[in-house]
Amino acid sequence: MKAFLKYREIWLAAAIIVLIGLISTRFPAFADPGNLRQVFNDTSILMILALGQMVVILTRSIDLSMASNLCFTGMVVAMLNAAYPAIPIPLLIVIALVVGMLLGAINGLLVWRLNIPSIVVTLGTLTIYRGATFVLSGGAWVNADKMSPDFIGFQRAALLGIPVLSWIAILVIALFFVLMTRTALGRSIYAIGVNPTASVYTGIDVGRTKFIVFCISGMIGGLAGYLWISRYVIASVEVANGYELNIIAACVIGGISIAGGIGSVGGAVLGALFLGIISNALPVINISPFWQMAISGSAIILAVVLNARGERQQGRIILRKAEAA
Amino acid sequence: MTDIPAPRHIPDRLDKPLSSAIFSWEALLVVVAVAIFAINSFASPYFLDPYSLSDLTFNFTEKGLIAFAMALLIISGEIDLSVAATIALASTMMGMAVQAGADTPVLVLIGIVVGLGCGAFNGLLVTRLGLPSIVVTIGTMSLFRGIAFIILGDQAYKGYPESFAFFGQGYVWWVVSFELALFLIAALVYWFLLHRTSFGRRVFAIGNNPVAAQFSGVRVGRIKFILFCLTGLMSGIASVLITSRLGSTRPSIAQGYELEVITMVVLGGVSILGGAGSIVGVVLAAFIMGLVTFGLGLLNVPGIVMSIFIGVLLIIVIALPIVWRRLRGNS
Repeated sequence: MKAFLKYREIWLAAAIIVLIGLISTRFPAFADPGNLRQVFNDTSILMILALGQMVVILTRSIDLSMASNLCFTGMVVAMLNAAYPAIPIPLLIVIALVVGMLLGAINGLLVWRLNIPSIVVTLGTLTIYRGATFVLSGGAWVNADKMSPDFIGFQRAALLGIPVLSWIAILVIALFFVLMTRTALGRSIYAIGVNPTASVYTGIDVGRTKFIVFCISGMIGGLAGYLWISRYVIASVEVANGYELNIIAACVIGGISIAGGIGSVGGAVLGALFLGIISNALPVINISPFWQMAISGSAIILAVVLNARGERQQGRIILRKAEAA
Repeated sequence: MTDIPAPRHIPDRLDKPLSSAIFSWEALLVVVAVAIFAINSFASPYFLDPYSLSDLTFNFTEKGLIAFAMALLIISGEIDLSVAATIALASTMMGMAVQAGADTPVLVLIGIVVGLGCGAFNGLLVTRLGLPSIVVTIGTMSLFRGIAFIILGDQAYKGYPESFAFFGQGYVWWVVSFELALFLIAALVYWFLLHRTSFGRRVFAIGNNPVAAQFSGVRVGRIKFILFCLTGLMSGIASVLITSRLGSTRPSIAQGYELEVITMVVLGGVSILGGAGSIVGVVLAAFIMGLVTFGLGLLNVPGIVMSIFIGVLLIIVIALPIVWRRLRGNS
């Protein structure tokens, strides 16, 4: 039992259940399975993005360009769809994955080959990709009336009573679970985060793994691009502006250490769900949506305070002793 | 084997050959700045005019003021992503004070104190609780701006007193605006602080090796706390300037400034990993970013396309010395 309680995910899941309980005291229908399914569906895109960000953060890097990648790739598929409505949706999704991966590969190459810190690289590409969206579209929007019914309807179609969007999220979660717990790549991602120097000596190509990780986060950004555009049925330069920080917030709340090496698929999913529940609950319990930002900010600070308690490292303790002496 | 080694002479500072000055980061930035300046004056006949050049400075003075403090913070190995949110919160508080009938001196005081308070809050979380600053300030970024949103919603505060407009719109002498004068003074102060005082040496020491600094008697926590306070203070001052320039407050004010400020600092040659950097570089980077945005603006290039140039510039300027070193190493 004690070992069981050590898992951060358990605490986070408990916090989420308490949160749902509190909300349902004011608005009982919130805890309704149908509504919870809706909340899950609403949070799907954030969950997918948080998983992509997670693998990057685990290797002590960060990808600030995910939201811009989403915006660019979303615009590409929206314009393709507007120009050639005949392209089947699965092919469009593949295109989104490839375009996103290419953008991620640019980040990855700069980090791998030139050894530029990832925060600098993705700070640059954050503005470049969004600017490129403007150049591509000429500043124009792609509206719902230009998108084909399939483009909009694909993710809304119900499969066994659950929308395709939710199924995609479930599939991505499953894939990431297998990647992180059952493959050599997943192991090396953790190893690099825990100790990059030791990883080199164990024969892990740190640079190449980081490159792969950025390709993954790019691919996820691209996939989320299609999902986002077809969900909110508008493609513009402003899409998901500033969303990169929400993605990182979901990871932090999910217990993924920004110092790398610590974090899990379950944590990222729960962190995203936590934010999703708050944003869904505020309107129904009559709190102005303007409260959301401050609440998620407080949640991030609280989460990092709690996480830090579990992560105190040896070096720090020595320093604390020195400080006390 | 009984030889006692002669005491090693340790110079106060290493000799600097002339070549290192020529190939320094600052020299590279000067070349870039001159090139952009020249291109601009060729591209637009309206560029080389004292009044347009004076307008140009408004593009970077506010962000530049924050960039000085941010440079010190990044050199010490920390970062503050909440500066733009601090501006929003300070501006909102000033707006509330205006509604309550406060006059200009009180407004300025409120802006500065709120900024300082936000910085101190970040500093306490980072130094007292030992939390990573990047995460803390992502949190406070949402928190500070979130409070502004709670207070203002989709409303705006207006009706700032006329005398308040001086800070963002007034001129000290000829074409030198109050903002530019403040920017130059702050540049001098921060240059002195970082490069000519023991405080500055300690900041570098912390950035290079916090543990060694701690054991050498540097009060790491306290200095980091002061740096967070300074960053908050500069954000508060920037908030006064922006609010005065725009004459209104919305909760979305200064959105995205944090990344531009950090871009400025990194472009100025400050290592994002801490331990290296100079104020001269940051000043040059501020000018370069102002030149690029203003020059492209004269050519009717939309703001979002300018941001591509800034992004490309950032990556190229960082990558260039690395590629250069590698090429020389191979030959």
